[in-house]
Amino acid sequence: MSEFALQRIAERFPDAVVQGYSLHGDETLVIERAHLLEVARFCKDDPELDLKLPLSVTCVDFIDEKPRFELVYTLYSITKKHHLRLKVRVPEEDPVVASVISVWRGMDYWERYCWDMYGVRFEGRGPVKRLWMYEEFEGHPLRKDYPLRGRQPLIPEADVQDIYRGPGPGPGSPPASRPNPPRPSQLPVIK
Amino acid sequence: MAENFQAITTRREEAQGFIERMVSRGLGWARKYSLFQYPFVTACCGMEYMSMAGARYDIARFGAEFPRFSPRQADLLMVVGTVNLKQAPILKRVYEQMAEPKWVIAFGVCASSGGFYDNYAVLQGIDKIIPVDVYIPGCPPRPEQVLDGLILLQEKIQAQSHKLIDRHPPEPELVRPAGRDLVSGVNK
Ligand code: SF4
Repeated sequence: MSEFALQRIAERFPDAVVQGYSLHGDETLVIERAHLLEVARFCKDDPELDLKLPLSVTCVDFIDEKPRFELVYTLYSITKKHHLRLKVRVPEEDPVVASVISVWRGMDYWERYCWDMYGVRFEGRGPVKRLWMYEEFEGHPLRKDYPLRGRQPLIPEADVQDIYRGPGPGPGSPPASRPNPPRPSQLPVIK
Repeated sequence: MAENFQAITTRREEAQGFIERMVSRGLGWARKYSLFQYPFVTACCGMEYMSMAGARYDIARFGAEFPRFSPRQADLLMVVGTVNLKQAPILKRVYEQMAEPKWVIAFGVCASSGGFYDNYAVLQGIDKIIPVDVYIPGCPPRPEQVLDGLILLQEKIQAQSHKLIDRHPPEPELVRPAGRDLVSGVNK
């Protein structure tokens, strides 16, 4: 079972799949950005996969890698009881992917989340509103280069000085440099 | 003659002062035992607020029995939980809608100082936008701590001077954060 979904999608869309691997029973598929919508539609409509429940879309900011962002779609099938994870790499210069709310209506919330927190835009749907931050907010706070204490108050405040509070990069420090651990995408490719 | 007149007026002022003090003490006594709270509950501290307002700890013993869900009927604003920057204008507006005399309790470390949410979205203590009378520490505070804070507030109210006709107190000094540098956090 564990590589079934990978095989099925790789057979159907040989051009779309970059990588696929299965780790601890979780199947993950890295696909090309241009093919996201058709792969998503196939995942939902195919009777063998039957991935009708979209759990989430989230985004990972690999700040020092070259397509910088990675969108992670987590899908679940209620009838077949299996998960599938789709990953799409998105470059920083052009952070646009096709919207999947025509496939799963419930992804609307998560696409708004990805726009609000990471600044990834979604094409083929109406305008995306911020989800949690206010409209006056500038920038996207979960990007790794957003300042840690970059607060943007809406109303006047008493000018209490910020005092240094515990460990962590203080105001004004650059993003922390991190070692590069081996990533799951370096696991064997089944294509 | 003039000296006598002076003496008489002095005694009249003293007498007036005595009556004012008595009125003030009476009003203070009445006000400290009839605190109508407005619970501005935003986060997990609300659970502790419920246990404190419920039968076991029973805030009604201290005269603060009724939560009023209209700020115009309340005279104690309890800010219970994390206040983030998106919500700060709402809190300020609720405070401004309350009629004088009014008091504020910061319930829990989030309301007092932002707590451990030292990030891009959370107001670092409600005293940045409204004046606060009593800060209750704890995450969340035990109900005993809250009752202790309430008793502190009652003592404070008793010690304040109350008048039958009162003036509006001066507004605290606030600055516009327009030119704040996001990276260093200082005003330009
Ligand atoms: S002080 Fe603790 S319990 Fe209270 S709102 Fe903040 S995080 Fe929640």
